[in-house]
Amino acid sequence: MIRLENISKVYPMGKRKLTVLNGVSVNIERGEMVAIMGPSGSGKSTMLNLIGCLDKPTSGSYYLEDKEVSRLNSGELAQVRSQKIGFVFQSFNLLPRLSALANVELGMRYAGGVDRRQAREALEKVGLADRTSHRPNELSGGEQQRVAIARALVKNPPLLLADEPTGNLDSHSGEEIIHILTSLHAEQGITLVMITHELKIARYCQRIIHFSDGQVVKEEKV
Amino acid sequence: MKRWFEPVTTAWLGVVTHKLRSFLTILGIVIGVAAVITLMSIGRGAQQQILSNISSLGSNLITIRPGATNFGGVRGAVGSGSTLTLEDAAAISEQIQYVDTVAPTYSTSFQVVVGAQNTRTQVTGVTTGYQDTNNLKVADGAFISDYDYQRGAKVAVIGSNVKDTLFADTDPLGQQIRMGNYVVRVIGILESKGLSLVGSADDAILIPLTALQQMSAQTRTSRGDHVVSSISVAISDDKQATYVSDEITTLLRSRHQLGPGVDNDFNILSLQEIASTISQTIGTMTLLLGAIAAISLLVGGIGVMNIMLVSVLERTREIGIRKALGARERDIWGQFLIEAALLTFAGGIIGVGLGWLIAAFVNRTGALSTVVSPDIVILAVSVSVGIGLFFGFYPAWNASRLNPIDALRSE
Repeated sequence: MIRLENISKVYPMGKRKLTVLNGVSVNIERGEMVAIMGPSGSGKSTMLNLIGCLDKPTSGSYYLEDKEVSRLNSGELAQVRSQKIGFVFQSFNLLPRLSALANVELGMRYAGGVDRRQAREALEKVGLADRTSHRPNELSGGEQQRVAIARALVKNPPLLLADEPTGNLDSHSGEEIIHILTSLHAEQGITLVMITHELKIARYCQRIIHFSDGQVVKEEKV
Repeated sequence: MKRWFEPVTTAWLGVVTHKLRSFLTILGIVIGVAAVITLMSIGRGAQQQILSNISSLGSNLITIRPGATNFGGVRGAVGSGSTLTLEDAAAISEQIQYVDTVAPTYSTSFQVVVGAQNTRTQVTGVTTGYQDTNNLKVADGAFISDYDYQRGAKVAVIGSNVKDTLFADTDPLGQQIRMGNYVVRVIGILESKGLSLVGSADDAILIPLTALQQMSAQTRTSRGDHVVSSISVAISDDKQATYVSDEITTLLRSRHQLGPGVDNDFNILSLQEIASTISQTIGTMTLLLGAIAAISLLVGGIGVMNIMLVSVLERTREIGIRKALGARERDIWGQFLIEAALLTFAGGIIGVGLGWLIAAFVNRTGALSTVVSPDIVILAVSVSVGIGLFFGFYPAWNASRLNPIDALRSE
């Protein structure tokens, strides 16, 4: 599913160069559920952005479903994002002016067209059938994150990326979210890559990749 | 939902979420469009009013007067020469296309006496075609008939001012006017008509040309032709005014044996040509006024650009989210461009409404007549949409170029 070969990411900082990723090679199989852990500044977020086609590596190759995407231009990358990748963010990133349903529809907007029935079904799947017309500020954090998951999954992408999905939630809501994610993974066979600080959350995954100083330092099977 | 419709609804949402801001943004456009509509409608109204005034005088009328006398370098007034003749009038009538009626006149001054009133004034000898040619209506009595003309009857038709001056409150019909040694009987009074090209018909005393020839020795040219003071020509088709003027010029130049390089010894005035000149002048003035008003449209456009730049900055995170969801640069670009165009389109529509109201109000006051023509409305609205597209281009481009990661990180 995902094959990273010797990926480096270097940011120019004035005269100095800041190396965020330094020769990372990772394989993630189709249907796998993987957690990425590491201290702040270890490069794990940059890594997730690269996997999500939001960014391009400075060097190295990235194959997504056996297709090299590291050389695509920004328009082609947008195309890949719209078709293959769903994002879930720590801070939910819902549009505050839109209802839950409209936020979910936004997930289909750039992926071929809006289908209201499908959007409703996605909200039902995350247990928010009775919250469709609520705006984000009328929902709890856990509910907002569930809307975000519905938005990410409404277009049925093969890959779901989550950047600390439980980071802004209390432990109870966090459990709920992780249960939804694991059951989606179990039922739909979706490939899931998730950044987390909490070992308890990471334990739900099949594999944990530990990052430090822009390199993979340890991989462990759960 | 149709795919093409989604960007429009998204853009519309952007407009209505900030109602007050959107309204203030388009206020410049509203005022600009309203000013353009109002000024143009006043201009158009004035144009139509003047044109209808002129055409009531007879837009099919061409008047020929003799040129200036020219004795040893001293140039007299237009019409003082003795170059036009009855024979010229006949030639015009016979030889030139589109000519309906031809009315030669001969004026001379008489000592006119009615009761105690005694004044020296112009008396005009006319043919029976004079009435139709000059579009004159008789208010009371009758015009000079063929019978009157043929036998040189001593009868007169007078203008409304003459009636007031000479006859005051009495009924002039059948009364007598003494002109020099002759006595003429009043048989008709003309309706008041206002100014015309060849003096006002309201001031005229008209008698048969044949009668005038008996009463006063008509000047003759060296060839023995009868000199006339003016020739009025009514044409059958207004649009041929220029053609007929040119033909008459050619005919008269050859009849008067004027070689190349010699000035015309006559003047041709065509109401149609005057009307189109005036109309063009007002049209140019109107356009100028509209252009000045359009400057406020430009200022309004800059306001739109300003707000769109702020809006892009404020919605950086939204742009990041949309990009993460797979929006391409052109999706973002289109969204903001449509939003700008939608704003100015709304401004244009409101401005047209406001301008139309002002124009209607001006019309009601009666000071000026106004005409809101559809072409101006369409022009104003499309110009405002164009302004939105032009001034929205840069902010939209800015938005589309945002890096998704930075945009997502922004607060």
